[in-house]
Amino acid sequence: MVTLQHYLILSALLFSIGLAGLVIRRNILIIFMSIELILNAANLVFIAFSRYRANLDGQVAAFFVIAVAAAEAAVGLAIVIAIFRNRSTVKVDELNLMRN
Amino acid sequence: MPEGRVRGHLKMELIFFYIFAGLAVATALGVVAFKNPISSAFALVVSFFAISAVYAMLQAHFLAVIQVLVYAGAIMVLFIFVIMLLNLQPEELEERGFSTVFKGAAIVVLTAFCFGLIFLFRQMVFVFPKADASFGTVKEVGKLLFTTYWFPFEYVSILLLVAIIGGVVLAKREL
Repeated sequence: MVTLQHYLILSALLFSIGLAGLVIRRNILIIFMSIELILNAANLVFIAFSRYRANLDGQVAAFFVIAVAAAEAAVGLAIVIAIFRNRSTVKVDELNLMRN
Repeated sequence: MPEGRVRGHLKMELIFFYIFAGLAVATALGVVAFKNPISSAFALVVSFFAISAVYAMLQAHFLAVIQVLVYAGAIMVLFIFVIMLLNLQPEELEERGFSTVFKGAAIVVLTAFCFGLIFLFRQMVFVFPKADASFGTVKEVGKLLFTTYWFPFEYVSILLLVAIIGGVVLAKREL
């Protein structure tokens, strides 16, 4: 029988994988994809609890998270293109202009 | 329904949950592990489809469709478009940011975090209540969006407009 904890554990796994990608990878595109994974993990918890409480408000919250993720991807990828045009790199450890 | 059929039904649900959850986790690992961003992007598309199937199992039909349309359709096309546009050479994909020790430590800490959460959740057994057939349909969610949540709904449209304009301003060579 599939209970709430199954979905919470799946969400925890997805969140941890996304966080690992965020910390380990240096390619800015893959860092963005990890952020999308983390947002999906959050959405899964929203929807699982919405089903558990038999209350649709959680699904509406997940809907707004998807909309914000779309906006974030559009602006973020535009920034990636702008950075690549100026510095010809997508590796975040090479973007150290402010440090020196 | 007779007792035996209910039990068979629940078993099928569990099997489908493990298929889609396993697919989602495996492809999510692929996203983090692949060197080439294109491979990561395609793994992420499969992951989104699997998560969408999990949403459908939670009776979130509307969100399952939106997940495929917006995430697998729009956002991932944008990602793949940008990856193709940048046309990265193999030497630009080499990553030498962190030492192996740091990466190992990060993986160990995150795995411990994850298993801690799993241990926490193992204590609970929350059985889902029976939901109405109309739960999570486009009609029900739409009704909420246009009544209780009408203001955030309109606000999100402004947010998307700002994001479009911001994207054009940032990515344009000169205004």
